[in-house]
Amino acid sequence: MVKRIDGRKFDELRKMEAKVGVIPNAAGSAMFKIGKTTAIAAVYGPRDFQAYLQNPEVGVLRCNYNMISFSSGGERVRPGPSRRSREISLVTEKALLPAVDLSAFPNAVVDVYVELINTDAGTRCAGISAAAMALADAGIPMRDLVSAVSAGKFKGDFIADLNYEEDSAEEGVDFPIAMMPRTGAITLMQMDGIVEKDDIKEFMKIGKKACEKVYEVQKKALREKYGK
Amino acid sequence: MKSHVHTLAEKGFRLDNRKFDEYRPVKVEYSPLENAEGSARVTMGKTVVLAGVKMEVGTPFPDTPDDGVLMVNSELLPLANPDFESGPPSIEAIELSRVVDRGIRESGTIDTKKLCIKKGEKVWMVLLDIYPMNDDGNLFDAAALAGIAALQDAKLPEYKDEKVDYTKKTSKGIPLSKVPVECTVVKIDNHLFIDPSREEEKAADARLTIATIGKQLCAMQKGGDQALTDKEIEEMVDLAVKKTEELRKLLKK
Repeated sequence: MVKRIDGRKFDELRKMEAKVGVIPNAAGSAMFKIGKTTAIAAVYGPRDFQAYLQNPEVGVLRCNYNMISFSSGGERVRPGPSRRSREISLVTEKALLPAVDLSAFPNAVVDVYVELINTDAGTRCAGISAAAMALADAGIPMRDLVSAVSAGKFKGDFIADLNYEEDSAEEGVDFPIAMMPRTGAITLMQMDGIVEKDDIKEFMKIGKKACEKVYEVQKKALREKYGK
Repeated sequence: MKSHVHTLAEKGFRLDNRKFDEYRPVKVEYSPLENAEGSARVTMGKTVVLAGVKMEVGTPFPDTPDDGVLMVNSELLPLANPDFESGPPSIEAIELSRVVDRGIRESGTIDTKKLCIKKGEKVWMVLLDIYPMNDDGNLFDAAALAGIAALQDAKLPEYKDEKVDYTKKTSKGIPLSKVPVECTVVKIDNHLFIDPSREEEKAADARLTIATIGKQLCAMQKGGDQALTDKEIEEMVDLAVKKTEELRKLLKK
């Protein structure tokens, strides 16, 4: 059977590692590592914030995604927000929102900070997976966890969890998704590359199966801290 | 209003029962990260600092045409402390990076001449970034320790045909001749102690950060709202020389 550049099977994810409670100052925190991509998420709140931003009906979820300056395999990343990091912050927030019960903290804000300390493709998905665990660790009422991973297509094959080479290849397709595992509902969906309409089913199939595997790792890490 | 930090200090105690001249458990890990040319993680009690080095090739400054360049930067990520805010670097972040920078630069540990590729045109730039991951006080000492450890850990990437190939690390490190280490001593009422926790830092009247290379000092920075006497400064320096010697043992030679 033909294998991938790094020897993985088509539906095989890179090695994963997860840990909950890595930032003592935070209300909740988590580390999620997949291959060489490592995300750390910290949750602060629910806490007070600027009055004009408050909503007496529901709380507010704010997410910030950032790559630290020596995280990349190439040149130093300039500190501070970029157009890319701001967009990823936005889609991270939208990926988590359906799982969070905002009515539990009216007038307050929950801040989620996602820092990528080492990157090799799949950073937004690793960030979302870490953030969902951190929210759970902080005791924020949630309907479900959120598990994220990218599906894709490389040299004609449908694959799960693209590495950097597969992601940056010109003819490759990157199809990151996030899913609430209990219902299978999709909360993040992006796609770059040219595909046939009928391909979507295949991407969803391989992507959802991959999210299930991420979910298992997330659950295991939470159980390690909180028992059964 | 005086906090219980003051009341305890009066009786000779600290919040976590440490001696006045005692560090929390300190750990230095080399190469925790794969992508940076060099990296280190320092743990000091619950304070955790990550430092990383990226190497780039750039144009030297016109007044030092055959010297490599060191740049030190730090960011106080809101992930590390509920009081840190998003946005451009705060004055605290700037002070932290400049104090770490001076400890390294003034020690003369980096042989910048050896980082020259072509005089007046191409030199290596050493870009050192420091990120507290959890701030429970004394970021100065932890950041300085992580910073020098990351420099020791760094390996230059391959430079060929005017291009840096980050996929290939060479066996060549940054030429270092000394090991600058910093120790911060804080003053609370008339007591002096080291390695303040976040709570102790808030209660402190003044602080003095001292960078040493063995018996010699190479940089200092006073902070805090109150003044220091000559006698206090002398005691602080003595303490710092003694304690930096201990910290230095945790580093590679």
